[in-house]
Amino acid sequence: MKISEYIDSVNKTRKVLSIFLTAGYPNKDKFVDTALSVLDAGADMIEIGIPFSDPLADGPVIQKSSYSALMNGVTMKDVFSYTEAILKKTNKPIVLMGYANPIMKYEKNNFAQDSINCGAKGLIVPDVPINEYDDFYNETYNDLEIVLLTTPTSDEERIKAIDKKSRGFVYCVSITGTTGVMNNFDESVYKNIERTYKTLNNNKMLIGFGISKPEDVTRFSDYCDGVIIGSAVIKSLSKDDEKHTATLKLIKDISQSCNI
Amino acid sequence: MAIITEYNYPDTKGKYGEYGGQFVPETLIHSLNELDKAYSEAKSDPDFIRELNALQKDYNGRETPLTCAERLTEYYGKGKIYLKREDLCHTGAHKLNNALGQILLARRLGKKRIIAETGAGQHGVATATVCAKFGLKCVVYMGEVDTERQQLNVFRMKMLGAEVVPVTSGSKTLKDATNEAIRDWVANVNDTHYIIGSVVGPHPYPMIVRDFQSIIGIETKAQILAKENKMPNYIIACVGGGSNAIGIFYPFINESTKLIGVEAAGYGIESGKHGATLTVGEPGVFHGMKTYLLQDSDGQVMEAHSISAGLDYPGVGPEHSGLKDLNLAEYYSITDDEALEAVKLLSQMEGILPALETAHAIAHLEYLMPETKKSDLIVVNISGRGDKDLNTIIEKLGSAFI
Repeated sequence: MKISEYIDSVNKTRKVLSIFLTAGYPNKDKFVDTALSVLDAGADMIEIGIPFSDPLADGPVIQKSSYSALMNGVTMKDVFSYTEAILKKTNKPIVLMGYANPIMKYEKNNFAQDSINCGAKGLIVPDVPINEYDDFYNETYNDLEIVLLTTPTSDEERIKAIDKKSRGFVYCVSITGTTGVMNNFDESVYKNIERTYKTLNNNKMLIGFGISKPEDVTRFSDYCDGVIIGSAVIKSLSKDDEKHTATLKLIKDISQSCNI
Repeated sequence: MAIITEYNYPDTKGKYGEYGGQFVPETLIHSLNELDKAYSEAKSDPDFIRELNALQKDYNGRETPLTCAERLTEYYGKGKIYLKREDLCHTGAHKLNNALGQILLARRLGKKRIIAETGAGQHGVATATVCAKFGLKCVVYMGEVDTERQQLNVFRMKMLGAEVVPVTSGSKTLKDATNEAIRDWVANVNDTHYIIGSVVGPHPYPMIVRDFQSIIGIETKAQILAKENKMPNYIIACVGGGSNAIGIFYPFINESTKLIGVEAAGYGIESGKHGATLTVGEPGVFHGMKTYLLQDSDGQVMEAHSISAGLDYPGVGPEHSGLKDLNLAEYYSITDDEALEAVKLLSQMEGILPALETAHAIAHLEYLMPETKKSDLIVVNISGRGDKDLNTIIEKLGSAFI
């Protein structure tokens, strides 16, 4: 099943909850269990972040998790083997997220092939905007759904162009900024989300960046098909017990709020 | 005879061959387009050109001299050596050429807040200087490690009214300061202009910085013609990000002059601790551009090392990557120790104390001069003066002098 079809099916009863996890974080050897427990707690899909030395779209929380994963020796091979192992026990889709350089170093064709082979459905590369799309992706990426991002600074013409190229869904970045927890969203954020949602013709839309609690989901639910939560979960994992008790509770609570 | 087609980069996609481009989060595309548009309007606006020229002359102290290095020429006994004196610019290096141009662009764009990254602190000082002159708020990101080893420049920036933010992520050096400046720009793009200090980053930055720095080469061309009535055979410049080098190279790309860039070999290439990106790096994507890059086998960006903080950068301007692949410029590397010797050499032969960055270009004369003929002309770009490096130099050479 394609990601878009999956989102359709989930949307019959609820908004989609996608949880971002940094590969190999917090524990390199127990990551598969962590991911499965996150799915059990109510996540509808997960994004696995490929650690990079210079993650310039990320705020401090994800930067630290990425750095920690690198220090623990997490590599691209690990990302693929985690994905494969998780997908042995679930049918929910996995999207990979990584910066351009490690993908290029791995060789773009090999990366696409290995991503598809391990069962990943989609790919998000935050530093490859549509300007670079045609040079970066070739036909080996046809079987991987390339998810593109819109931001509050994207004008209507660009949102339409992004909607045309994006597959799986459109990732609507809520704020003008890097990833991280926001305590409050101002009115312009909601206006922009509404504008973006109404502009899309081809894709479902998931909102990400800054979302951390059930109330955020409730507030956004009229103008999205789902939400993506990263920093709030990573932050919670960083200070949680071994069983991720508090983190799984947070995910359960947010998942509840997706039942709309 | 082969037909040499006119060099004309970047192309419409902001690329120098396969290098350059705009590998940035979507948030920044709007501002990059806005900057591109403002710049293309400004560069054909007579008022803008007049204002910039006046600032370059009356504030920066241009034009800088082209000094004949008579004793150094005699020392090697081969070609004739000239020095392009960017060390005489206000604030002590070529950096102000760019900062002045960009602050005028920021004003055109109506931006109220300026951010910059800095390694050694020279670009931070240049940016803080123009912000003071034009009364704009200035925030400079600097790796925590660099704030410790360049305390004097931290103090200078603060004296000039800038806020200096120590960066504690990653390796806590220039590359991380640049990441942090880009993140700030992503978050504050509506009221903030990012003054990048070198010919790096996403398009249109490498082009804009090159154009503002190419005043070095334009002056050099006129000066050498006036003095010698012919083009130089060689131009040598040091390369970190590569802005002083592109600045002096660019007006000569279509000439027969051999263009030589000199990178930092640090403790030696084989030690793995160096900044020789073009010599041993591989193409990759970093800081918004595709370019040669020091990276490990997993595509993680490596820390560079050089005795000179300004060459301590794991990337390089994309146009240098393009020039290298097109064989339009040659790139070599010089170790920390060779650079220190060159500081002594130029100081004692010509009475000019060069910056440690610049010393790499001078040190390359040891390799180049034996190949030259008496009739050859060699221009070395003296990109900055060495006062800022005295602490480092005393530490390394101390016992020999005291």
